[in-house]
Amino acid sequence: MDLNAGPEYIDFRKNVLSFLEENKHMSGKARTPVRPSNEELEWQKKLIDNGYAARTIPKEYGGYGADSDVLKSRIIAEEFSRANIPMGMANQGISMLVPTLLELGSDDQKNDWISKTISGEVIWCQGYSEPGSGSDLASLQTKAIVDGDDFVINGQKIWTSGAQMSDMMFCLVRTEPDAPKHKGISYVLIDMNSPGIEVRPLMTMTGHAEFNEVFFTDVRVPKNQIVGKRGEGWHVANATLTHERGMLGDPNQSATRLNEIIELMQQETINGEKLINNPVHLDRLMRLQARVLSMSFNSLRLLTASHKKLDAKMAKLIVKLNGCQLNHDLAGFAIDLLGELGTIYGKSNHDHGSGKWQWKYMFDLGLIIGGGTAQIQKNIISEAGLGMPREPKAIINGKK
Amino acid sequence: MEFALSEEQGILSDSIKKMFDENISVDNLREHSKGDKSLRKTIRRSIVDMGLPGLMIPEEYGGSGLGVLEASLVAEQLGSYAVPSPWVGNSIMAPTAILFEKDYHLAEKWLPLIASGEITACISLSEVIGKRGDLGLTANGDKVSGINIFGIDGELDPAIIITAVDNNLILIETDNNGVEINEIPTIDSTRPVVEIIFDSSNYQIIPGGKEVIQKTIDVGRIGLAGDLLGASQNMLNKAVEYSLERKQFERVIGSFQAVKHMCAEMAADLEPCRSLMWYAAYSQDFISDEANLLACHAKAHLSEVGQDIARTSTQVFGGMGFTDLLGMHYWFKRIGLSRQILGGPERVRKEAALIQGFEI
Repeated sequence: MDLNAGPEYIDFRKNVLSFLEENKHMSGKARTPVRPSNEELEWQKKLIDNGYAARTIPKEYGGYGADSDVLKSRIIAEEFSRANIPMGMANQGISMLVPTLLELGSDDQKNDWISKTISGEVIWCQGYSEPGSGSDLASLQTKAIVDGDDFVINGQKIWTSGAQMSDMMFCLVRTEPDAPKHKGISYVLIDMNSPGIEVRPLMTMTGHAEFNEVFFTDVRVPKNQIVGKRGEGWHVANATLTHERGMLGDPNQSATRLNEIIELMQQETINGEKLINNPVHLDRLMRLQARVLSMSFNSLRLLTASHKKLDAKMAKLIVKLNGCQLNHDLAGFAIDLLGELGTIYGKSNHDHGSGKWQWKYMFDLGLIIGGGTAQIQKNIISEAGLGMPREPKAIINGKK
Repeated sequence: MEFALSEEQGILSDSIKKMFDENISVDNLREHSKGDKSLRKTIRRSIVDMGLPGLMIPEEYGGSGLGVLEASLVAEQLGSYAVPSPWVGNSIMAPTAILFEKDYHLAEKWLPLIASGEITACISLSEVIGKRGDLGLTANGDKVSGINIFGIDGELDPAIIITAVDNNLILIETDNNGVEINEIPTIDSTRPVVEIIFDSSNYQIIPGGKEVIQKTIDVGRIGLAGDLLGASQNMLNKAVEYSLERKQFERVIGSFQAVKHMCAEMAADLEPCRSLMWYAAYSQDFISDEANLLACHAKAHLSEVGQDIARTSTQVFGGMGFTDLLGMHYWFKRIGLSRQILGGPERVRKEAALIQGFEI
């Protein structure tokens, strides 16, 4: 254990701070889920030019081209979060597709897509889940049949966030119907403007449509838009799923949320007493703070482990389950602090910010379910982490 | 920056583990709980032979000069094996107290004796943290009288007792000094606690006022958090192991998702505690402005997680968990005691809130 940063990092932090001081006027507000505005595109370019976004993406693909340094990445995240200035874009194309292409894409694919994706010019959505294939993703049925130089795709995807504003989709389709389920899948890149694609918004409990259903009817995709080989899509997809699980359950988000709650407790009063002075609320705050700190330290441990190639398997496996549950519990606490006001969800003179917390409370329940349900996470933790066996297949009416 | 144990720290843990593996079993814990004190003696001898009692004592006083993190790794192994031997009071709290203001007279007199294992030191600070009724000490000139309870590491005829009176930490020699020590029977037979009756006992002040009292309690809480981490991890490991042997409905019970998910939840709760523990212990020596808060969080959070694991892992064993045959209850009870001594979770969280300036 040595938590002192070396001089190189102290200087690096100073650079980040002076960049933020000089440029914060350009940064604008945190992004809403629509296509990036011109200001956002400019901000993204500025961040890439200075090495605060697309930091490790090679220069030839439009990135900054720095060597991977987990500590520097953390310093950037910490200081942007402290200054409440939005980081570089973090959409599914940037977080999931780009690392996959860098690892497994062809040269043409890298040249065609990485630069446009990290700049925000091309927006991607993810086509994985299907109505009949949720936790058992590998059972997916959307079919791609070869016809000349194209795949012809028919089927349906669900839980596709951002589909209505995306240019492209990275998608899993079944190309080898006779192969075992994990070996019949291919990973393809689909132009969302192709004829035969229909996007229908999927209204959720939040009252918004954060997700969509996407229907494919005879959609043609050039054969060279496959990433990896035919039938190897499951392997390609797992490369991206690893990146997604790293995104969900980010402890920086929990820490920011905890600070917002402390501010709320310092401002709000009930019967003239500040919430921060109420011992029952404080006890709950301290319990949550201990969990937030534990997860932050857990992420420090993971940083060192990845850097030094140390074994920290369990510490990694628990991040999605714990992080999403913690964020949900934090939102639930904020609502309880607001009490009756905490239920306000819509325009009202009496709203003290509860709409935001109610939305998070509902949306975060969605995140506990999405990206691998809590139940699936527990299966993974017990099987990969604790060495417990898979549950044998149930026999229903004599069939496995 | 490096957030990981060093190679030396890993070797320290492994060597202690090996020693306990050879010396401790559920059978001898059971004999010990029935009153056979031979385990206490053999274990103490092995700990002294390894030079552990002086782990945190500087080399000039015959110790190894290591820090709170290393001491908490030892505590973790003690918890893991439910070891009946002094540690948190004698080897973490006492040296921290005596070294706080580098009082050379006290240090020269007592630290070499603690390091060599010739004496043990009992720590009795329960009345500072939460005084019950009219317990506690009253000073009259250079003498104190009164009754303390829940002194820790007082089972091997300690030569000194470190306690507090009137906002001062004090040291009391036990020999011919009006001191009577009696073991208090608690749920936890692996780790005795004591009642101490002082009758006009002479005392010396350990310099440092309220600050040395707080620091001594902080490192004690870190030690208990380490013990809780080890005990909880052991209960989880044993539960998983058992679930892979025990069969019902022609399957090992560890193949049922109901059981797997209980184990996964325990692991998910416990694993981040390890990082909390490392950071909190490290901060005691290297990040002084966070040390107090982190000691509170480590103790309170591990008490909560430990309690859940004690209950849940016992359920994984089914009826066998409830019996004395497997002896898992020794850890269940050890966790139960660790949760309460030096402040239960609510009390410690209240301190955590006060430290941050949140007024109650």
